[in-house]
Amino acid sequence: MPDVTKTVPEAAAEDAAVAAAGGTLPEPKPEKTRSLWGDAWQDLRRSWIFIVSAGLILLLLTITFFPGWFTGADPTHGDLAKHFLQKPKMGKFFDPDWLGYDQQGRSVYARVIYGARASIAVGFGTTMAVTLVGGLVGMIAGYFGGLVDSILSRLTDVFFGIPFLLGTMVVLNSFQDRTTWVVIGALSFFGWTQIARVMRGAVITTKQADYVHAAQALGASTPRILFRHILPNTLAPVIVVATISLGVYISAEATLSYLGLGLNGVSWGNDISDGGNQIRVAQWIMLYPSIMLIITVLAFIMLGEAVRNALDPKMR
Amino acid sequence: MGRYVARRLLQMIPVFLGTTLLIFLMVYALPGDPVRGLFGDKGGSPQVIAQLRHQYGLDQPIWMQYWHYMKNMILHADFGTQIASGRPVTDVLGDAFPVTLRLAALAFIIEMVFGIALGIVAGLRAGRLTDNAILLFTLLLISVPVFVLGYILKVIFAFDLNWLPPNVNDSTNVNELLMPAIVLATASLAYVTRLTRTSIAENLRADYIRTAIAKGLPRRRVVGVHLMRNSLIPVVTYLGTDIGALMGGAVVTEGLFNIQGIGGTIAQSIVRREGTTLVGLVTILVLVYLLANLLVDLLYAVLDPRIRYA
Repeated sequence: MPDVTKTVPEAAAEDAAVAAAGGTLPEPKPEKTRSLWGDAWQDLRRSWIFIVSAGLILLLLTITFFPGWFTGADPTHGDLAKHFLQKPKMGKFFDPDWLGYDQQGRSVYARVIYGARASIAVGFGTTMAVTLVGGLVGMIAGYFGGLVDSILSRLTDVFFGIPFLLGTMVVLNSFQDRTTWVVIGALSFFGWTQIARVMRGAVITTKQADYVHAAQALGASTPRILFRHILPNTLAPVIVVATISLGVYISAEATLSYLGLGLNGVSWGNDISDGGNQIRVAQWIMLYPSIMLIITVLAFIMLGEAVRNALDPKMR
Repeated sequence: MGRYVARRLLQMIPVFLGTTLLIFLMVYALPGDPVRGLFGDKGGSPQVIAQLRHQYGLDQPIWMQYWHYMKNMILHADFGTQIASGRPVTDVLGDAFPVTLRLAALAFIIEMVFGIALGIVAGLRAGRLTDNAILLFTLLLISVPVFVLGYILKVIFAFDLNWLPPNVNDSTNVNELLMPAIVLATASLAYVTRLTRTSIAENLRADYIRTAIAKGLPRRRVVGVHLMRNSLIPVVTYLGTDIGALMGGAVVTEGLFNIQGIGGTIAQSIVRREGTTLVGLVTILVLVYLLANLLVDLLYAVLDPRIRYA
């Protein structure tokens, strides 16, 4: 791509100068047409929604991987004698006292920082699992059509028909030890249908394209056609849905924790649920995890919004 | 039309059977025992437990149980017995269903009226400040989890301002149901707004709108008749699928505001592993969802005369 920041005469003058100095000029590249992805990236870089959400997500990822950088306090250490329901001390930034203490004398600030890990892990894990399973089911149903499509589509309908929250509640209720993997599994078990439907629709339109017929005529194997020719051209709608649903899964994990069926351990949902019982005495226990949760979900939904605008020109 | 409806109803049968079977398997294949749950920590004598299990048919293999359950449900409209209380599930349903229906209906009205209104305002001013403000507002509504919003509204409007009661005692009182209905409606309201906005903004550039304006029709008629009728199809689709979601999503809202509806009953039966109650309730929800979808497809033909069902 030519350097568009310089005007043509300027660039020519510079080239001449380089040549005069005995330097070698780079081969002039032919004008490249930008792909859908290149176009989308150009759009994204200029979108304030994308910049804000990407910044927030980077910060959240830093908090997730290096909670020790943000607080030295232990989120599970409770000191009833000294800190029981101590009010926030707003001046003391990043101190364990900053956001107050909960009903067991644990630092709310430390719990807010360490709680990020549960939300981020469940959000990313579920989205990846759902995209893999739903994408594969949708691709097979859309490409092969006929009986395979009928069976897979009815199966999708069955899972789609069960209310999402109720289904996950039933599954999670039978596990005593609800680790991150169990929660991811339960959410994915009912969550894959949306991606499957989107993927199936995209594959059905793509498989009519000339390049797919050409590949078939050349005798390319089915996996090669599916993954080399069809997949890259159906990814855009799937990525949009996946990004938005990342935020939705984080919200769902918190809701399950609130119902007492979420992760065991430090998580924003558990803290909000605990704080809800103390809401008339100590609002801060609930307030700060809620704010973090809302910011996190908002960041991912905004990212999905920006990606959708960039990938789907019809939205403008 | 009649043939189309018949075909759609036939297509529902495998989905209906599959969904009930799935929920049945999930409830019974996973560990836990509703009969043991009746006795608490002390535990009952093996004979009594065996007798009760036999009485509720829990000693049969799961396929037989499913067969008997479906047979009774379809032939006699008998949904089984709630083990914890000994009442027929249809009785329990009869108590809880109208409450949830009232809540969902109020939430549905709120999301439809405000969602479509906001969407039209944003769509007609696409790209301008109002549009961006509404976009930000809807993003915020989607990101606030239901239970957080419930707590926030409760603290502000019930505890601090004393405008609305914090809990619902009488579900026929619209005043009491208002806050839970708003909480239940918010996320869907945001989606309705977004859909309407996109659809309106897209159709605003259509040829028939230019023609209508060129004919000299008043703006009210262009927007109210020509634009609306063509833009509402995706919105109606979403609203149709959302009826079922509202009733299923009421689990959290009903818990928050102490409403004695389906949500509370479902949460209880999940914790107690009341298979029969749970399957009965979910069956009703699935039926509502399937019928709402059918209704939406039939509504298309009303909204868009180009769509015909042979």
